[in-house]
Amino acid sequence: MRELSLHILDLAQNSVEAGAKNIIIDINENEDGYFVFRIEDDGRGMTDEMVQQVRDPFVTTRITRKVGMGIPFIDMVTRQCGGHLDITSVKGSGTILKAYFEKDNIDRPPLGNIAESIKVLLAGAPWLDLVFSYRKGTEAMIFSTKEVRGILGNTADFTVPEVCTWVESYLGQEIARVGGREI
Amino acid sequence: MKTLADLHALRDKLKADIKLRKDEGTIIIVGMGTCGIAAGAREVMSAILDELAARKLNDVQVRQTGCIGMCEKEVLVDVIRPGEPRITYGKVKPEDVKKIIADHVVNGRIVEDLVVGKIEQD
Repeated sequence: MRELSLHILDLAQNSVEAGAKNIIIDINENEDGYFVFRIEDDGRGMTDEMVQQVRDPFVTTRITRKVGMGIPFIDMVTRQCGGHLDITSVKGSGTILKAYFEKDNIDRPPLGNIAESIKVLLAGAPWLDLVFSYRKGTEAMIFSTKEVRGILGNTADFTVPEVCTWVESYLGQEIARVGGREI
Repeated sequence: MKTLADLHALRDKLKADIKLRKDEGTIIIVGMGTCGIAAGAREVMSAILDELAARKLNDVQVRQTGCIGMCEKEVLVDVIRPGEPRITYGKVKPEDVKKIIADHVVNGRIVEDLVVGKIEQD
């Protein structure tokens, strides 16, 4: 995929399919020399055996159709960029996926349009409680759907296209503020 | 400059519209599996949301589905108007979205060039 934000959208869809109600997406441009993104959910989780096999597209598809090419794909990209993919999961309580890329590796795909990924994720799974955070250097931003719902009350939710488009512009602006340049 | 305060204004505006929303509206379903996303499903879904927001079509429901096995035809978009057959569009690009919404969703005319399948509803 052209952008890491497409991988993030794809991996967050795994969380949705695993029945998650809460998802945390955190992106840090420099965590001890690595560009890191983390996706944490409270979905149904995986057994240790599944976690061992989930990077292999041919083994995993036979265990469950819910996990296919997405994880093998990002696993490959991290390794091509001098990084690695960590997956920790507890059956019945959730999964944490953390992707590491060497900070200045020339092969790392750009983060891309993460604001659009978040908008589309919420439109497709409007019941989610999502916390999104992005850090670069000393700057940081955090966005929480709970805060948005607190303001909108019962009048609207993420099934309303106008709310989704607002989320995209708001996030786009905040990410540009933190990033200070095109990411 | 967008701030969370904008949401107060949006809330008041939507409060007036809420009575217009009903469950029997048209449903649009976008294929959002890995294959769909790799083929551009995010951009297509985003264009759909933008067009619905611009036209204030708040009674149209947008949903997503995973891979349905027609990966080579992604991005797949289904349109289901109440009481009409389910129409599946394939290889949809963001620039096709305005036409699908204007012709099919709003005016009930199927965009034949993009159709890959039709399922009669029971």
